[in-house]
Amino acid sequence: MTDAVAPKRAAGPWAAVWAQFRRHRGAMAALILLGLLAAFVFIGPLLWRIDPNFIEKNTAKMFKMRNLAPSLAHPLGTDQLGRDMLARMMFGGRISLAVGTVAMLVAIFIGTTVGVLAGYFRRLDNWLMRLTDLFLALPLLPLLLVMMFLFRDAIAGVLGPRLGTFLLIVLAIGVTSWMQAARVVRGEVLALKEREFVLAARSIGTPDRRIILRHILPNVLSPVLVAATLGIAAAIITESVLSFLGLGFPPDFPTWGRLLYDGIGDIRTSPERVVWPGLAISLTVLSVNYIGDGLRDALDPRIRGR
Amino acid sequence: MLDDAPQPLVQVRDLKMHFPIYAGLLRRRTGAVKAVDGVSFDIMAGETLGLVGESGCGKSTVGRALLRLYAPTAGTVVIDGEDVATLSPEALRKKRPTMQMVFQDPQASLNPRMTLAAIIGEPLDEHTGWNAEKKLARVYELMDQVGLNRAFAGRYPHEFSGGQRQRIGIARALALNPKFIVCDEPIAALDVSIQAQVVNLLEDLQERLGLTYLFISHDLSMVRHIADRVAVMYLGQIAELSPRDALYARPLHPYAQALLSAVPEADPAREATRRRIILQGDVPSPANPPLGCNFCTRCPKVFDRCRVEEPKLTEVEPGRFVACHLVTDNMTGGHRPAGAEAPEHKQQGEVT
Repeated sequence: MTDAVAPKRAAGPWAAVWAQFRRHRGAMAALILLGLLAAFVFIGPLLWRIDPNFIEKNTAKMFKMRNLAPSLAHPLGTDQLGRDMLARMMFGGRISLAVGTVAMLVAIFIGTTVGVLAGYFRRLDNWLMRLTDLFLALPLLPLLLVMMFLFRDAIAGVLGPRLGTFLLIVLAIGVTSWMQAARVVRGEVLALKEREFVLAARSIGTPDRRIILRHILPNVLSPVLVAATLGIAAAIITESVLSFLGLGFPPDFPTWGRLLYDGIGDIRTSPERVVWPGLAISLTVLSVNYIGDGLRDALDPRIRGR
Repeated sequence: MLDDAPQPLVQVRDLKMHFPIYAGLLRRRTGAVKAVDGVSFDIMAGETLGLVGESGCGKSTVGRALLRLYAPTAGTVVIDGEDVATLSPEALRKKRPTMQMVFQDPQASLNPRMTLAAIIGEPLDEHTGWNAEKKLARVYELMDQVGLNRAFAGRYPHEFSGGQRQRIGIARALALNPKFIVCDEPIAALDVSIQAQVVNLLEDLQERLGLTYLFISHDLSMVRHIADRVAVMYLGQIAELSPRDALYARPLHPYAQALLSAVPEADPAREATRRRIILQGDVPSPANPPLGCNFCTRCPKVFDRCRVEEPKLTEVEPGRFVACHLVTDNMTGGHRPAGAEAPEHKQQGEVT
């Protein structure tokens, strides 16, 4: 008898999750698309070896290089300073994807922590939710600008300009975008903790931290995943806003958001310069969204069986 | 079963559970819902005490306060020699294995994201240092005990029927070899055909493992089947606590009489002569109970004293406790209101 059930257990819960995930067509397509995007930005620069910041020294030549239409030498054309758009898209994607992912993780971590604590511990609820309201009421853009303005040089001095700016941007975006997640999670936790299985765990004598980890967190997964997928998009956009205002990455440093803003001035003459970064951002967001959708279904045992 | 177990396993004294009401702009405390207001009873080892009453009378709250899922407002709950109501958190955690609970809604009481083995094994994770193999062996043993196929161990709760889920809940409650189990309406959410299965399972387990139950239910015929003694609750207080047969043959408290008159008879001839006592009005709010007897607003035999003085739960016959002026007066031969009949019946325990 024991032998008969052993293989089923050995397969493990993750095999079942993966099997269900593969059945979600949209999620699989999105996973492939996101894989292609990642390959484009991380492997692409190894094959397409043009320096994204290369500007022709000779002014006359540089002027000829500006705003070129797509050609074999420059498949996506060149920008207003004659830099190769394809190379800039690749390098920009690295930053944008990294900022989006890490900032989302920071925001989700803070939001889930605050939400779970506020929902679960009655004593903390009022304080934490007022803090959340406080953050929601703050004008975020000026706050971000002040944070960047005050800390950029200090952090850059310690960690170097690139890593320093990256860290600061990621933290700044994370710290200012966790509130929605916190509210949604708190609501879910408030409902969950009155469910009888939480009561049952307490009657067993499970301590609060393990009730949270074992019973609460797995059951708030769906709203967290939804918030996470939307968070990536918001983080990419916020980063581009910061860069546009001159307080993000240095001006010559390409990111998708920055390319988008740079291209807006020339949208009538060369619309493709806006279309490419915009498309890249949209595809990223879309695929992350679909992956989140598939993941949520795959992680829910009630849906998985069907 | 009563004879060989004279020692009470559970002693509840004057248990009170008040939930505060906050209102107004400043969230000031304006009152309290007296869900349980001074309840006392004993449960002998190996006995089943039935706890019946209508919805909202505080049955479930008693059960939960007994296991300190709610912190009681006042009173003591001595289970197996220790006062659960005042134990420190760490001592309480060590005490948890002796007392467990079976919940009403088997759907809600199982975490939908855990496998059956993980659910039944959770108490073992918390209270034993066993390795995975030993735990699994115990889980299989428990599944055998409640009649679940071992092959189901890797499945999730939504894959089971209501009756099977309730068995999972029972297996979880049994995992740590408890002495005392609170069954909080364990059959209310099940089909009638499944109810009998689950109740029989509970009886079997009691016989085999020597368990003590507090069986909370509003199903009077099921309580009659399983309980040794029955407590009738009304609005946070015990109206009558009597041995089962005596109570069903001759309820003493007017509320118990009304409640039991609602049980249908299986025999059509007797059903035709059954006289229902239909109570008028609604249950008063537990936030603002009446001054005297809690039942005085609806009692068909109410008289003046009921409205001013609260009756105490007193032993009126051996083993029978009633909180009613009418009955206690009867016993002492004191004042009796006109129209209230004095039931001159045989002694308890002579019922078919």
